[in-house]
Amino acid sequence: MAFVLRRLAAAIPVLIGVTIIAFVLIHLVPGNPAKVILFGSQATPQQIAALTAQLGLDHPLWQQYASFIGQLLHGNLGTSYATQTSVAHELLSRTPSTLILTGAALVVAIVVGVPLGVVAGARPGSLVDRAARGVSFLGVAVPYFFLALVLVLVFSVRLRWFPAIDNGTAGSLVLPAVSLGWGYAAILTRLVRGRIIEEYQSEYVKSARARGCAEWRILLRHALRNSSIPAITTIGLQFGNILTGAAVTEVIFGRAGLGSYLATAITSKNIPVVQGAVVLIGIGYVVINLAVDLIVGAVDPRARIA
Amino acid sequence: MALATATTTPLISTDAPGRMSRARRAAGQAAIVIAALAVVVLLAWPGIIAHVAPTATGNDILAAPGAAHWFGTDQLGRDVFSRTIYGARPVLVASLLGVVLATVAGVGIGLAAGTAPRWLNSVIMRVVDVLLAIPVLMIALILIATAGSGVRSIVIAVGVAFTPGFARVVEASVRKLRSAEYVQAAKLFGSSPARTSVRHLLPNLLTEVVVLGTSAIGWAVLTATTLSFLGLGVQLPQPDWGTDLAAGATNLATSWWLSVFPGLAITLTILAANFIGDYLLAAADPSGRLRRAHDVRAMLTGRRRPRGTLAAGVPAARVPAEDTPAAGLRADDAPAGDAS
Repeated sequence: MAFVLRRLAAAIPVLIGVTIIAFVLIHLVPGNPAKVILFGSQATPQQIAALTAQLGLDHPLWQQYASFIGQLLHGNLGTSYATQTSVAHELLSRTPSTLILTGAALVVAIVVGVPLGVVAGARPGSLVDRAARGVSFLGVAVPYFFLALVLVLVFSVRLRWFPAIDNGTAGSLVLPAVSLGWGYAAILTRLVRGRIIEEYQSEYVKSARARGCAEWRILLRHALRNSSIPAITTIGLQFGNILTGAAVTEVIFGRAGLGSYLATAITSKNIPVVQGAVVLIGIGYVVINLAVDLIVGAVDPRARIA
Repeated sequence: MALATATTTPLISTDAPGRMSRARRAAGQAAIVIAALAVVVLLAWPGIIAHVAPTATGNDILAAPGAAHWFGTDQLGRDVFSRTIYGARPVLVASLLGVVLATVAGVGIGLAAGTAPRWLNSVIMRVVDVLLAIPVLMIALILIATAGSGVRSIVIAVGVAFTPGFARVVEASVRKLRSAEYVQAAKLFGSSPARTSVRHLLPNLLTEVVVLGTSAIGWAVLTATTLSFLGLGVQLPQPDWGTDLAAGATNLATSWWLSVFPGLAITLTILAANFIGDYLLAAADPSGRLRRAHDVRAMLTGRRRPRGTLAAGVPAARVPAEDTPAAGLRADDAPAGDAS
């Protein structure tokens, strides 16, 4: 229980930090935000001053931050400069699509990466191992947006197996998930392979073998089980990268998720939307890693004391 | 199978960092020389490889790759080969300068935090931790949202986004180095903290920093090209791998060469950077200790080990050994396994 509380306490400064970064954003943009909003509408100085007051931009910074946090705690992330709609609503309505893609990519990464790493790690130096290492070396090097185009070229333009553009079916999720998940499969392969090789040299594997334990049992019950913890940790820590990767992949496949919304917001300097996305992704990262820490703590008692 | 595993065990150690094969060393050195030459030529004089200007339009529209145009032409008759050669410049500038920026800033912050009093150290490192919690691409996007698009913004974005990872690694090393005898001796002889940092700590960090920087280049290339792929870098008609890849995507079904060649160029660059990074890591760090302590690439992509889980996955017996000099010399440390 103390472990759970300690992990919770450690998450709070990170959350506060994320909100500070998101808050500071608005003041990093050159020029008065009120001018950015009214840009192109030939606003008079009076209108700009009125909007500045309405947005609370004439208050001291700490007051603005306090009201930002207050709004945040009420689930209010401000209004979009472009459409004057609620950012929280816009972001949350697009989140499920992005989360589905993130989850699908994770499934690809685990289903491909873990078995490949296990097989390679069990027989280091074998043909399978060399193939796995080649695949993982390539997997890390091929950018996912390029892989996405190659997959579209092969599987939807030539073979016509899967649609290139999202149409709401499960089939249209395959190509985005594979192109995004592949790189993480490569990372997992490397990791699991290295761990399995290491576990094979450990005392408990030697003793299991001495007891006459079946080889597959040693591999699955001892080596893989102990390799799973760093694998889980890695997945948690990569979650933020997968999430942002999902946002980019969505743009390629025309999926209506956070990605395309965020991309337009960035090019048009729609700061409240960017702020909201930063907070949302930051919270997502903290929650996932908290969950990972708790899972690891539950599985492995050694992690609880560190 | 038990026997088979036992006999294959020596095979692992051939790719264990300590015993690098002669072939691997030769390949690594050759890769460095070739990559250095390629970078110099692509940055300084791309014209000796590609004889056509990358923006020159022609009458051959959307021609497939052939003798006249090795990589084909685009919808304005521009030579894709030339664009791919010239397109290297913004990518290399953004990623290499970005990494240099991150290295300098990271070493500065890491040194400052590592030599600072305890309270200041924890303040700085908490801030670094918060920044590490935000995905690299997200930090880069935030910066570009405020600074506007272009190569200069990408350099800054890559630099800032990679700084926390460097700072964390350097800080950890500085803390370890601080207890070294020669550093203690320098302090006893009245060397000021600044002098100790520059004269004693920095030279001893140099190898590690160079290795880390090289390992980061692959990720920097990926980040930089992702940003330009999203249209936040070089604007058309200027050539750039990410921009051209995105532009070619609209003609993917009919003219695959528009996207595939810039994409292959990015892949090849990351492949080369990772290969050299792995080689330098293995060469500079025969015991594999640096790799174990920092899990280099993990640091740079935000794959940070939270403090509480540091021990997770490390067999219990090794936990206390982590900070002792003998940690890297343990026999069971040798097969780090991810040397591929």
